[in-house]
Parts: sequence; structure tokens; C-alpha cells
Amino acid sequence: MTDYVIPALLILSCALALHKKEDAYSLMLTGAADGLKLLLSLTPTLVILLTAVTMLRASGGIAALSHFLSPAFRFFGIPPETAMLVLIRPLSGSAALAVGAELMAQHGVDSLIGRTVAVMLGSTETTFYTIGVYFGAAGIQKTRYTIPAALIADLVGFIMASAAVRLLFS
Amino acid sequence: MLLSWIWLVILLFSVISGIFSGNSTAVSQGALEGAQSGVRLALDLAGPLCLWSGVCAAMEKAGITAGLSRLLRPVLDRLFPSSRTDPVLANALSANICANILGLGNAATPMGIQAVKRMAGPTHTTVATNQMCRLVVLNTASIQLIPATVAAIRSSLGCAAPLDILPAVWITSLSSAGMGLAAAWLLGKLWH
Repeated sequence: MTDYVIPALLILSCALALHKKEDAYSLMLTGAADGLKLLLSLTPTLVILLTAVTMLRASGGIAALSHFLSPAFRFFGIPPETAMLVLIRPLSGSAALAVGAELMAQHGVDSLIGRTVAVMLGSTETTFYTIGVYFGAAGIQKTRYTIPAALIADLVGFIMASAAVRLLFS
Repeated sequence: MLLSWIWLVILLFSVISGIFSGNSTAVSQGALEGAQSGVRLALDLAGPLCLWSGVCAAMEKAGITAGLSRLLRPVLDRLFPSSRTDPVLANALSANICANILGLGNAATPMGIQAVKRMAGPTHTTVATNQMCRLVVLNTASIQLIPATVAAIRSSLGCAAPLDILPAVWITSLSSAGMGLAAAWLLGKLWH
């Protein structure tokens, strides 16, 4: 079943675009060029941040951090190994991608931790960045209850990501 | 600025815990290894990311966005009452939410900003209204149909079925968006 998801998406998007009389091929080329731009903007973060994260893992610092935070994480049912990601996710999107990719490589992309990391990355956002950009551009100074509400949503996201992966994959 | 401090703290913490655990050699090797793995990750990511962005661009023009916004109309009307009488705001809102759902974060931001500005209106208020808070909370909760970048990372790490996390992602983003909106509603009653 899952073998057909990707081919079906590829065929469907091309056929639908052609049906609308759109030049699907050159649309894909433009899109792919945008993907390359995104990658280019992401690469510096990946290099700089993975340097720091790899040093931290080699020093045993990540293990110590996970150990230190594990009572709180266990209380919410979140794997303590994901501590680095949970801490950096609301602050920087590309840093979170770097940390998440390192965690997936470290624990195995199809392990429970690897999958939890992927779901966390896929279903949360860079909360503080988003709030700053949206309100900053519109000149809003008093954000009232936005930050607490958004952080509650993030926490629920991290808890649900762990629970959903445990439920569906173990 | 914040990330500069985080980076410095991570490095100091690594060196200190390296000294205590006797891993100092590994820590200094880790610096160059990490930089190397950053480039390797970027290269592995290039193919899936370009392909996916290309497919998304085709899907958008294929009318998926228009269909989605028709589906979302009733929900947006309830969450953002002033969009019922303001078609410009309604368009910005549905374009913002649709771009989020399709995983086009870069396209979502300008439409979201336009919506917040429109909500501020000609008075240029500096205090966030309930509708603005709801929109930003909805954006920070990230409702995504297909998390393309994550799928690209997974397949670059050798995952055979990178999209098998989809049901888990949907459950998670729907519940976090729902709880975020509930929290916003509750806090909106208490906050002045």
C-alpha cells in the first residue's frame, strides 16, 4: 500500500496540472529550483549547528542533559533522548532540522525515537519566530496571551507525537 | 543573537563535560566531523527536497489550493468572524492556511502577515485582537498534510517508507492546533 503513495502523488499532481492546462513540467522545474534555494539557505545552519551538536554528543553532554531532564520528560511520556530537539524547536527551524536529523541518524530512522523525532518536526513550528515575524510586521506590541497559548500547543504536540508513535509503531 | 549564545553555551558545556568524562579527544574530533556531516546531510537532502518542491508547485497550480480553501471556508468563518464581510481578509487567511497545509512555509508567511495587517485595520492598533492571537496560534501549531522536509530527511537517511509517519503527524498536529485554539479561547476570557 505505502509502495504506491509516492508514485501516486507524482502522477496525480502532473495529471491534475495538465487537466488545468498548466505546463506541469516547467512548474516542477521552477519548484525544484525553489527547493534548491531552500537547501542553500539551510546548509550553513546544518554545518554550524551540527558542529556544536556533534561535539556535545561526543563529550557525553547530550546523555547528561537527557538524564537530567528525564524525570520531567517521563512525566509527559516524551522520550528523554529528544530533549535537545524539544528545547530548540520553538526557537529555530533550521537548528531543529539539524538536531532532528542527527537524532534520527543516531537512534535509527525507523526506531521509535527516530519516528518520534520525525513526527515532532513535522507537526510543530518555530513558535517564537512565527510570533515575532507576524506581529512584528503588523506593528503589534502587546501580544497578550499568544505566547502561552502557542507554548501549550507545542507541549501538546510533543506529548501527542510521542504517544501517537508509541501507539502506531510499537 | 539568541542562537549565538546557545551555540557558545553548547560549546562550553561540551568542553567541560569532555574534560570530566575524559572524552576531550572525541570532542575536538567532533567539531570537524560535525561540520562534515552537515554538508553530507545537505547533499543527501538535495534530491528529495527539490523533487518535493517541484511536485508541490505542480499541485498548487493544479487547483488543490482552491479546492482546499473551499473546504476550509466554514471553519475559517467561525474562527475569524470579520472575514465574512471582508473578502480580502478571507483570501489572505485561506491562502495562509492552505500554504501551511501543503507544507509551503515560505508562501504562508507573507499571506499571514497580510491577514494580521488587515485585521489591525486603518486604526493601526498595537494590541493583538483575539482573531490575531488565534491566527498566530494556528500558524505556530503547523497543520501539515505532508511534512515534505521531514520526509526528505528520512529518505536521505535510508528510510524505505518515509511517509509512514503521516497518520501520526496528522493526529499530532490536529490535537496540538485544537488544544492551542482551546487555550487561546480560555485565556482570551481571562486576559485583559
